[in-house]
Amino acid sequence: MDEWRRLQPRKAGPYRVVGQPLPKVDAYSTVTGRAVYADDIMLPRMLYGGLLRSPHPHARILSINTRKARELPGVLAIITGEDLPRKYGILPSSQDETALAIDKVRYVGDPVAAVAAVDPDTLEQALRLIEVEYEVLPALMSIDEALAHPDIKIHEEARTGNIHKAVSYEFGEVEAGFAAADYVREDWFYYEGNNHVPIETHACVARWEPDPHDPVGGKLTLWSSTQTPHYVHREVSKVLGIPPSHLRVIAPHVGGGFGGKSDPFSHEICACELARRTGRPVKITCTREEVFLIHRGRHPVKMWIKTGLKRDGTITAMHFRSFLDGGAYGSYGVATTYYTGALQPVTYALPAYKFEGMRLFTNKPPCGPKRGHGTPQPRFAVEVHLDKIAADLGLDPIELRKRNLVRPFSRTINGLRITSCALEECLEQVVARSGWREFQAARPAREAEAERRFSPVRYGMGLAVSTYICGAGKPIYWNDMPHSAVQIRLDRGGGVTVYCGATDIGQGSTSVLAYIVAEELGVEPERIHLETADTTLTPVDLGSYSSRVTFMAGNAAIQAARRLKELLHSAAAERLRVPPDRLESGDGCIYSVDDPQVALSFEQAVQLAEARYGALVSAGSYAPPEDIHGDFKGAGVGPSPAYSYSACVALVAVDSETGEVKVEKLWLAHDVGQAINPLLVAGQVEGSAYMGYGEALMEQQIFRKGRHKIPSILDYKIPTTLDTPEIETILVGQPDEEGPFGGKEAGQGPLLPVMPAIANAIYNAVGIRIDEVPITPDKVLRALKAARSEPGERPLPPPRVTPIALSEPWPARLIRWSPGHAGLAEQPLKLMNGHRQYQEQGESTPQGAATPPSRLPQKGGTA
Amino acid sequence: MLRLPPFRYLAPRTLSEATRLLAEEGPAAMPVAGGTDLLPNMKRRQFTPAALVGLRRLHELKGISGSPEVGVRIGAGETLTSVSTHPLIRTHYPALALAAAAVSTPQLRNAGTIGGNILLDTRCNYYNQTEFWRHSIGYCMKRDGSICLVAPGSPRCWAISSADTVPVLVVLQARVRLVSVRGEREIPIQELFRDDGMRPYTRETDEILSEIWLPPAPGWRSTYLKLRRRGSFDFPILGVAAALRREQDGRIGDVRIALGAVASHPVEAEEAMAHLRGQQPTPALLQEVAALAAKRARPLDNADLTITYRKQLTPVYVRRALDLLLGAEQGSGAK
Amino acid sequence: MRELITLRVNGERYEVAVLPHRTLLEVLREDLGLIGTKHGCELGECGACTVLLDGVPVLSCLTLPLEVQGAEITTIEGLEERGRLHPLQEAFAELGAAQCGYCTPGMLLSAAALLRQNPRPTREEIKQALAGNLCRCTGYTKIYEAIEAAARRLSAVHEDERQPDAALQP
Ligand SMILES: Cc1cc2nc3c(=O)[nH]c(=O)nc-3n(C[C@H](O)[C@H](O)[C@H](O)COP(=O)(O)OP(=O)(O)OC[C@H]3O[C@@H](n4cnc5c(N)ncnc54)[C@H](O)[C@@H]3O)c2cc1C
Ligand code: SF4
Ligand code: FES
Ligand code: FES
Repeated sequence: MDEWRRLQPRKAGPYRVVGQPLPKVDAYSTVTGRAVYADDIMLPRMLYGGLLRSPHPHARILSINTRKARELPGVLAIITGEDLPRKYGILPSSQDETALAIDKVRYVGDPVAAVAAVDPDTLEQALRLIEVEYEVLPALMSIDEALAHPDIKIHEEARTGNIHKAVSYEFGEVEAGFAAADYVREDWFYYEGNNHVPIETHACVARWEPDPHDPVGGKLTLWSSTQTPHYVHREVSKVLGIPPSHLRVIAPHVGGGFGGKSDPFSHEICACELARRTGRPVKITCTREEVFLIHRGRHPVKMWIKTGLKRDGTITAMHFRSFLDGGAYGSYGVATTYYTGALQPVTYALPAYKFEGMRLFTNKPPCGPKRGHGTPQPRFAVEVHLDKIAADLGLDPIELRKRNLVRPFSRTINGLRITSCALEECLEQVVARSGWREFQAARPAREAEAERRFSPVRYGMGLAVSTYICGAGKPIYWNDMPHSAVQIRLDRGGGVTVYCGATDIGQGSTSVLAYIVAEELGVEPERIHLETADTTLTPVDLGSYSSRVTFMAGNAAIQAARRLKELLHSAAAERLRVPPDRLESGDGCIYSVDDPQVALSFEQAVQLAEARYGALVSAGSYAPPEDIHGDFKGAGVGPSPAYSYSACVALVAVDSETGEVKVEKLWLAHDVGQAINPLLVAGQVEGSAYMGYGEALMEQQIFRKGRHKIPSILDYKIPTTLDTPEIETILVGQPDEEGPFGGKEAGQGPLLPVMPAIANAIYNAVGIRIDEVPITPDKVLRALKAARSEPGERPLPPPRVTPIALSEPWPARLIRWSPGHAGLAEQPLKLMNGHRQYQEQGESTPQGAATPPSRLPQKGGTA
Repeated sequence: MLRLPPFRYLAPRTLSEATRLLAEEGPAAMPVAGGTDLLPNMKRRQFTPAALVGLRRLHELKGISGSPEVGVRIGAGETLTSVSTHPLIRTHYPALALAAAAVSTPQLRNAGTIGGNILLDTRCNYYNQTEFWRHSIGYCMKRDGSICLVAPGSPRCWAISSADTVPVLVVLQARVRLVSVRGEREIPIQELFRDDGMRPYTRETDEILSEIWLPPAPGWRSTYLKLRRRGSFDFPILGVAAALRREQDGRIGDVRIALGAVASHPVEAEEAMAHLRGQQPTPALLQEVAALAAKRARPLDNADLTITYRKQLTPVYVRRALDLLLGAEQGSGAK
Repeated sequence: MRELITLRVNGERYEVAVLPHRTLLEVLREDLGLIGTKHGCELGECGACTVLLDGVPVLSCLTLPLEVQGAEITTIEGLEERGRLHPLQEAFAELGAAQCGYCTPGMLLSAAALLRQNPRPTREEIKQALAGNLCRCTGYTKIYEAIEAAARRLSAVHEDERQPDAALQP
């Protein structure tokens, strides 16, 4: 199984740039206020645009009258649903949105009309003057309501009731697994929805440049705070009927995304249309409330989990069900549904696994991807469930997990390929660094001391582990094209310009490109000029989602840089009279590895190469390998060229009189492979831990009477400096064979174990279980009161997740699949697209020459 | 971007000019001090005054002076930052310093004034919402509508008195001075409040709150505890102010307890105070006192967390406040 | 009706005609082109719009320009002096305290006011001073570290400046 280890010829270390804690390439522009974000763009003659949104959660539009608004001086354009009737959506399978509602509105905030006016005051007045007549329909505001009322249809297209998507899989023999178990436990969990709350609210500016000679009539440019300019480009072009060639989408600096800026949005499409109609630039900036309404945040998920184990803690089978509250539209929801089931076997080696997932439409803002996309909810459920099992069986929670951890270089029961995996090391590190064993041993003394001091505060430690993908193995629109591409241009003066569609949303992806190219070309990163996230200037990168950028754009950058390097080296070889394969690049020079005095400056080499080969431009691209997943329908969600692993220990203090929980500290160990910049990786880990902490204890997108209850960042709680716990980051793991310089993701994975670690720590502190996120103090107090009620008291029952009883069978056809027996489906190893080229060119790996033909282990076949 | 509705801005230079402007403009004009309550409310269109009368430049509203022996005068225009950091207040009226420091955030305390805090509009999560939101739900009687959305059968509004300094000023028995073209009046601060979420103050629209006077407090200890979810930004969902004086023999000479954020006005826990006055404090007695005080808390479902929870925490916070004042070994909360 | 007012921003005088209901945030960004001041709520709930008013951090989204004529306003653009970065800016850049950078201008101004008042703040004092600035990216840790580093650098500079005087002492 060692084939993968030799897949990527890697530059031999020590590295000069990679692994260094360098400042981000845009650090100085952000700290001086020079960085330009979408709302900072002010163009001459720019108009202010805005959307009129539905005040009802569910209603039929009877009429829209814009006459009064039109007559208001200073109003230049008004559009309604009829003007942009083409449907769109991020996924090809869920084209269920229109830019403006046509006959129905499905949530409070669904856009109905858009206005462009000369100033913000006129805009506001105009929006108020538009008269819309509605017939109010009953609204479905929860998973249970959506299931109970198939008669009230939110989308006519939904086949059964309000079920948007239902899936059902069985991997291996689940019944046999449960039959072989000594112990079986079932639990219900609920994970409330939450919002990304980037500090920058969504904003965009659209500009139309008319050209009467052009049959299309002109060209459109859209600057938008988006994580996915490529998909915005695609959808705007479709809805406006403007060929992609005439549309340019640029993501300027983006003030945080976390998944919330990954969909094409109505305000982007409307700004474009308003700009086209008025011939003037149009800006639309969402208010904070609108950000809560356009949402696309974490799905509320109700989950049921059943696990069978041997007495020693070995898992024999797991059955997992998820019910997702999708809100009013599809968004990424189909993918989210799969993700709630896909990664369980990537953390624990499950011999048999059944997964059933279902996403429902409700009259709430649409849910979509948020950091960890569909996996934090099941992670919470699984890790708390296992903690309960450990307690039931009297096993150490660490040992229970260790017994079942997935192994490096293996295949999961659902066909996913695991390569590098330092999960066990993550677990050992957090346990050691947090002093877990000492803490647990000191418990009796600590309790006695608290009793003596009449202190209501009790301390606890909890733990959890997790997995995340390093980029989705499949693009949203299945095709054979690269997922990411990078171009590099060298100029005579030694300048290096890197072009890539990747979008930096703060995580530092642009910087990573600079480091990688600098490392490969042997120049300092400051020399590199970057053009990113511009659909006209830069080659496609699919976007900043699924933690894919470092891995995919990074590999594309390596390829592009190496192509140039080859030209530089061959030109330099001639001049230096040194064979090209004895040359290396570094410190701004091309030098002989045998005698570093024999060298040319980078500039000289560029000039020689340009003289010999013409203009120096190269391209590189990357697509994940093919053989990383099973061959069943739906196998496209979950595979990834590599997985990151994390483990977390939380130390909490629970006030048993008030139910208040203070997280004192989080220890987070993360397997990132090789940290390309440890400073940025630590930043991602800390940011993830922070966000996980918020989700665990306070964040919730909740509704009352059909309306978002708390659409402001005063009432929707996100942690302040005074709440956020201390976070200790521990980076572990070995360079991944396929990751760029061995790097894996760090932007999402570290969030996952935080919520269950905190929940488990609360149990450890005060012996109560809250199986619902967020764990607010009222729930804790209620559980505490129920647990210690004196005779005669009648406390409220402890908070409990109400199970869903399905009267019908699961509304999806069961797909059964098992990994085939070895030898059944052997195939020669397919090389990753991104690196096929090297192999053909016969570039040598550090270990030796081309990879020998090899066999994939256990390629699956349908059962 | 949420923006303000149009208004005229008037900038008087003296208190008398300010009162004259308010009188001339009538109820359509509002005074603005730090603007940290009024401007967000205006952005949400809870208020759309035709004119704002700026109080920032009025030197009559500035200054903190006096002594523990004669009492302390605080200009209504002093910022919460200066109130919370002033040595006189920190030393002799610590509860006020604590309460002022517990308000919102450093930036808001640098601009927000104590006068504005006292006259903070009552709050309700059906009301502190944007115009769009309130339009969506059909408005309530506090602004533009006719019913109460929290208690639909109720003839009155139950919006919550949410200012941190208010329960403290009540237990300190502060007096406030109100000035208008019609004259001046100085009243005990309790008389400023009304149990009515819609019109929570007895201040007339032409009156300006010019100063707060704290009586001497020899031998008094005071404190303030605030329940909220986060360490900053959040309004109180319960505020407990307590002050007490002990006799030589340890008995409670006098005690005052007031609760904030449990009703439309600050609530004094009279029964609880009477129960404790003159007694030797014991843990059991304090428990009883706390339970009596908590009887006065009748929260509704219009603020953060649940009614039950806010209700359940009231006795805990009262007892903890008393513990603090009695210097007992007390279980400090997790927060 | 617009009123003509004079604002002193970053040491420069600006004459602008403003509508009375425009906030300082709007005027800085839309009239003066000082887009470094950000906004995330316009209701006082995030701190992104923090500027200094005579050295004191306040929220520009809740400040009326008409009320701050005569005061010295400092925005992020005024933190660097003639192209020389403030040590806080250097430390934020070097230590990864800015991720998306959107909260950064407000954070830096709160931090600058803190260091002016308290050159060697403790971690707890830093948390208190930044309690009105939300950051969604960093988890705050790198921000604290950067402020501590800048404080050390600043006091080292001050020590240096004091050196000659110290040398004069017997
Ligand atoms: C995000 C956020 C969080 C907050 N958190 C808290 C909190 O935790 N606790 C808390 O108590 N407050 C909080 N506040 C509210 C506010 O910041 C403070 O109450 C502040 O003290 C208000 O003072 P101001 O000077 O800004 O009042 P302004 O907004 O200027 O005025 C408030 C009201 O009082 C009137 N007024 C002000 N001064 C006078 C006067 N001298 N005479 C007559 N009328 C006057 C005004 O007309 C207005 O109706 C918060 C505000 C925000 C935006
Ligand atoms: S208590 Fe009732 S009337 Fe008062 S603000 Fe709230 S909903 Fe409106
Ligand atoms: S913009 Fe959020 S506080 Fe000013
Ligand atoms: S760096 Fe993104 S919000 Fe702070």
